[in-house]
Amino acid sequence: MLKNRPTLRYILHRGGWYLVTFLVAVTINFFLPRLGAANPVDIIMGKVSSGLSTEAAKEKEESYLKEFGLVKVDGSGNIMRQADGKPLRASNLEQFGNYLKMCLRGDLGTSFQKYPKKVMDVIVEAVPWTIALQLPTILFGWIVGNVLGALAAYRRGVFDRIFFPAALLISSLPFFVFGMLLVYYFSVVLGWFPAMGGYAGDLIPSFSLTFFGSAAYHYVLPFFSIFLILAGGQAIGMRSMGIYELGTDYIKYAKWLGLKEPKILAYLFRNAMLPQLTGLALSLGSMIGGALITEMIFSYPGLGMAMLTAIQNNDYPMIQGCTLLVTISVLIANFTVDIMIGFLDPRVKAGLQMGGN
Amino acid sequence: MKFLRNMLKSPMFVVGMGLFILTLAIAILGPVFYKVTLEQVGGQYAPPGNGYLFGTDDLGRDYVSLLIDGLRSSLYVGFLAGIIATTVGTLLGVYGGFKGGWIDDVLNMFTNLFIVIPSFVVLILISASIKDGRSLTLIGLIIGCTTWTWSARAVRAQAAALKSRDHISLARINGDGTLAILFKHILPYLLSYVFMVFILQIASGILSEAAISMIGLGPLDTVSLGSILNQAKNTGALGDGVWWAFIPATIIITVIVFALYLVNTSMEGVFNPRLRK
Repeated sequence: MLKNRPTLRYILHRGGWYLVTFLVAVTINFFLPRLGAANPVDIIMGKVSSGLSTEAAKEKEESYLKEFGLVKVDGSGNIMRQADGKPLRASNLEQFGNYLKMCLRGDLGTSFQKYPKKVMDVIVEAVPWTIALQLPTILFGWIVGNVLGALAAYRRGVFDRIFFPAALLISSLPFFVFGMLLVYYFSVVLGWFPAMGGYAGDLIPSFSLTFFGSAAYHYVLPFFSIFLILAGGQAIGMRSMGIYELGTDYIKYAKWLGLKEPKILAYLFRNAMLPQLTGLALSLGSMIGGALITEMIFSYPGLGMAMLTAIQNNDYPMIQGCTLLVTISVLIANFTVDIMIGFLDPRVKAGLQMGGN
Repeated sequence: MKFLRNMLKSPMFVVGMGLFILTLAIAILGPVFYKVTLEQVGGQYAPPGNGYLFGTDDLGRDYVSLLIDGLRSSLYVGFLAGIIATTVGTLLGVYGGFKGGWIDDVLNMFTNLFIVIPSFVVLILISASIKDGRSLTLIGLIIGCTTWTWSARAVRAQAAALKSRDHISLARINGDGTLAILFKHILPYLLSYVFMVFILQIASGILSEAAISMIGLGPLDTVSLGSILNQAKNTGALGDGVWWAFIPATIIITVIVFALYLVNTSMEGVFNPRLRK
């Protein structure tokens, strides 16, 4: 049945692949922090086991142990203990099982620092900011960069000679460096835009005009700091793709036919776009990672900032929750791009075998 | 030699290589010509001048010394991570691309898996769990081990394209084994390509280290360009307009990465004649 529906088969194939990747990512997320000498489990266990802590603190920490599935629990939900009253530690594999169960329930545990706030609640508050910042930026950056790159490839000459080195310079700027320079010039020196936060400090997030105005005002600098670098990088890729495509027979033929420039450019764009889309899918991971650091620079209330605070406070459940969520969103974004390729690439539609994975 | 003469005709290569050699020279010869000291020499954030070209940091240390030290750390991490990532990636890529079949499938899947899982996240997870003893070398090792995927992918495609060439079949008929063919007949063809990959890996190593130091998970045993920026942000130098705390460091990082990109792009232009005019 699937034979006649190559697009569907392609989507299912990719979906299966991403499921495997997801499982590997969860495994890494669980085991990596436990490999180090001073791993979080030992730290928590050590705290609980030391006799110094008071009864109340002990109770709080034991509830952690239970919640994270670090100790063995009997049928009625009580912690199983060794002879000396210390909690019995669950093996790594049992812990992993508990962790998976928790993840599937959408429960990422409780934050150390913001006790008793759930990690999930902190993340839910942060995610809209990150999406609002990153989704439009990546989309616009990709489109603008590709249009400019195609133009540079087609026109060459003076435009290209100025544009290309400029794009190369901009794309070699790390996100955080560019962010710092923008903050310094546009908010410290000129005072045009605020340097920090997602909205004015005296406001409370609400659906009011003042709040959205303030959020838009705070949006400008983080947006440009990601947008320009991204557009620059995409433009360079598109330029070399475009130059390659310009040498192909179909473009020469179109030129000999006397087609108008915009028409030829449209053909060129369509063909050069697919590898660019694939490139986007591959670099999404590093892009989102870079943009997270931009959030840290601007103290933007998104996931990046949540992660930074967690790192500074050794808030392991929070760090793990954030990294897991970032990985999942990168996977979802990749999957979306892959499906788009499935619909756009005539080779997939025709059911021909795709190169590679 | 002919290759070098070709490269020197490209202004981009000359500028890029020149800039990179300049940064290398500053890193290597800097301590010879300039008295590098990490002791306190002035007040907190003393402005440039008074014998200290870029002023002092919040602990009163001379910024020029810090920058030279930081540049050395960054280049060290870049080369270490670059060498590891390029070696691992090239070997896996060449082997998989040449072998084909299920070995290639497995290696390729493994590579793609780690391309999709953001290496930045893996880096954060590892660095956050190593509390003490986070050394520069360790960070370099970790970066190398998380970024090899790109080289593997790039090299694999090239090796796969090479494997059906006539001279490979000839070597097979002569009875050469897989390893002999790989090292004698495939890798030499890919050398220029591997070099380009290496250049990019150095750049990404330097960027990764700066990024991880920037968020406070960098090496604890040395100053690096990223840790200078981290300090500038943490002490509020950015908001107070203390430009010498971060402008020189940002410029150095940008110059190194830009120089490496220039070298890479110019080599692409020479090896892919279509990109030439």
